[in-house]
Amino acid sequence: MTTTAPAAVLDRAGLDTLVTTLVAQGRTVIGPTVRDGAVVLAELSRGDQLPYGWGVELDAGRYRLVPRADGAAFAHSAGPQSWKNWLHPAHERLWSADRAPDGTPAYTTEPLDPPQYAFLGVRPCDLRAIAIQDRVLTGGAYEDSRYGARRRRALLIAVECTEPGGTCFCVSAGGGPAAGPGYDLALTEVLDGDGHRFLVRVGSEDGARLLEQVPHRAADPATEATARASVEAAAGRMGRALPEVDIRELLAASPDAERWNDVASRCLTCANCTMVCPTCFCTTTEEVTDLTGDHTERWQRWDSCFDLDFSHLHGGGPVRASARSRYRQWLTHKLSTWYDQFGSSGCVGCGRCIAWCPAGIDITEEVRAMDAERPVSHAGGTGEQ
Amino acid sequence: MAPKLAVFKLASCDGCQLTLLDCEDELLALAGQVEIAHFLEASSDVRPGPYDLALVEGSVTTAEDAERVRAIRAASRHLVTIGACATAGGIQALRNFADVDEYRRTVYARPEYVSTLATSTPVSDHVHVDFELRGCPVDRRQLLEVITAFLAGRKPDVPDHSVCFECKRRGTVCVTVAHGTPCLGPVTQAGCGALCPAFRRGCFGCFGPSGSVNLPAQIRLLRRDGLDEDAVQRFLHTFNAAAFDEELRT
Repeated sequence: MTTTAPAAVLDRAGLDTLVTTLVAQGRTVIGPTVRDGAVVLAELSRGDQLPYGWGVELDAGRYRLVPRADGAAFAHSAGPQSWKNWLHPAHERLWSADRAPDGTPAYTTEPLDPPQYAFLGVRPCDLRAIAIQDRVLTGGAYEDSRYGARRRRALLIAVECTEPGGTCFCVSAGGGPAAGPGYDLALTEVLDGDGHRFLVRVGSEDGARLLEQVPHRAADPATEATARASVEAAAGRMGRALPEVDIRELLAASPDAERWNDVASRCLTCANCTMVCPTCFCTTTEEVTDLTGDHTERWQRWDSCFDLDFSHLHGGGPVRASARSRYRQWLTHKLSTWYDQFGSSGCVGCGRCIAWCPAGIDITEEVRAMDAERPVSHAGGTGEQ
Repeated sequence: MAPKLAVFKLASCDGCQLTLLDCEDELLALAGQVEIAHFLEASSDVRPGPYDLALVEGSVTTAEDAERVRAIRAASRHLVTIGACATAGGIQALRNFADVDEYRRTVYARPEYVSTLATSTPVSDHVHVDFELRGCPVDRRQLLEVITAFLAGRKPDVPDHSVCFECKRRGTVCVTVAHGTPCLGPVTQAGCGALCPAFRRGCFGCFGPSGSVNLPAQIRLLRRDGLDEDAVQRFLHTFNAAAFDEELRT
């Protein structure tokens, strides 16, 4: 839903109040904060837990926290987690069952009462990733009701990007540093001679109601112009880019490419890329019993197409035994067959898979190499990515 | 009648069977489900076999142990090996890459008193093993899971994927990517809950090679992150030396 509420400006105290207001309303506020040498996402209770004065240097397989003199809170990108860690958690009990003394089983579905999350600092790429997971997990005939319940209650406060990282490539993945639809509030951090402040745009009635409870002033043209200019400049400062070819068609035509052997020689099949990917959604379910055998639980947990067991078929072993076949499955699904299945690419260009691959495998470089290997150049393509 | 559980030890430090005693909250429940028939670290009350489930710790380093493990196998319906010694030969498998006679002469005043094999080998080199539980030591929750699974007649939920799965699931920041710390997590089997990286240490590979290992690629990363050739070898030659060495040769 969009509203016609005018843009506003918050100062740092206003942002602090935004956080404490959300907490007072009973929301679980998740946002960026510094921990273990990285800007991670974690539960916040105060605004001063935001990573003021910290930026990041990103490269393939490399992430370093670096201090910033300007005191910015949102001048970072591609942290090791995404919002799926809360919307689609790594472990989740689905149901349990107990055997009564007479032998009859009694099933208990895990109660569906998720926290009311407020996500603070959702990047434009991650807004798109959430929309993709919405489509995957709630879009079809069989909704993941647990995801759906968490998602419907969640409030999204986007933050536009003014400092893209060395592994960012959202522009070439069909997005950009400006917030698209789906947010309740969208902030743009502005730091200049007129002070440290945040331009706020309202995207929903919930967002408008929240803004009313936080001290703010009407947006002035100078703040709006500075915010707009720094987001536009960010679009031109992406660290990486996917090649401008029809990647869907390229990968569909490349199952036998030699490049898969090359990447397989570097790939550790460790699954870090899928775990940090904000759209990868695959899970497995496991039954556990207690020692008595009278109590059993079904748990869902994140799985990965890089796990040998992921393609295990009864009596036949893994379908995708080689690293080559598993990397090909991941990349081809993400950038090509995802269109067939869900109507879009599965990649939003956040760059997490590049930064958090210990071996530094770069998805943009792999696609470029696939394109170079084709006998006929398709440069220009159809523009569809 | 309750199934009979037995715990045996070969060449080992006792740490893995200690893990069973460490199941403090579950010990009474376990004792309620099985008859603990042979567990010298817990009780001198030793009852004869046959046993329904034998947990075997330690590697085979003497001719006597090779004989003993055959007898244990013959007396046990299910035999599960627990820990890096029993599943991979343990740290004592470093002898496999050296001259054991030279060690014996260097270390012992009366080397003729020491009767030992030239190699330290996993139990599965000697007898059929129903399940191998990795770790140095084994993980308490995984040990309970294996015992529980055998009691229920189901497959244990013990994945053979990498430690990285566990780091990411618990939200640990990657020590290699964020700090440049050498870490064996990408080639090591999960199961410990990614303990060391949670304390900002690289994984030591206690659980041995995962089900899907690319050791040449891993070694390039270790070199990139500052280990020289000798340091890489030392890193791989610890609790699962023989298993990682076998990966290198295949």
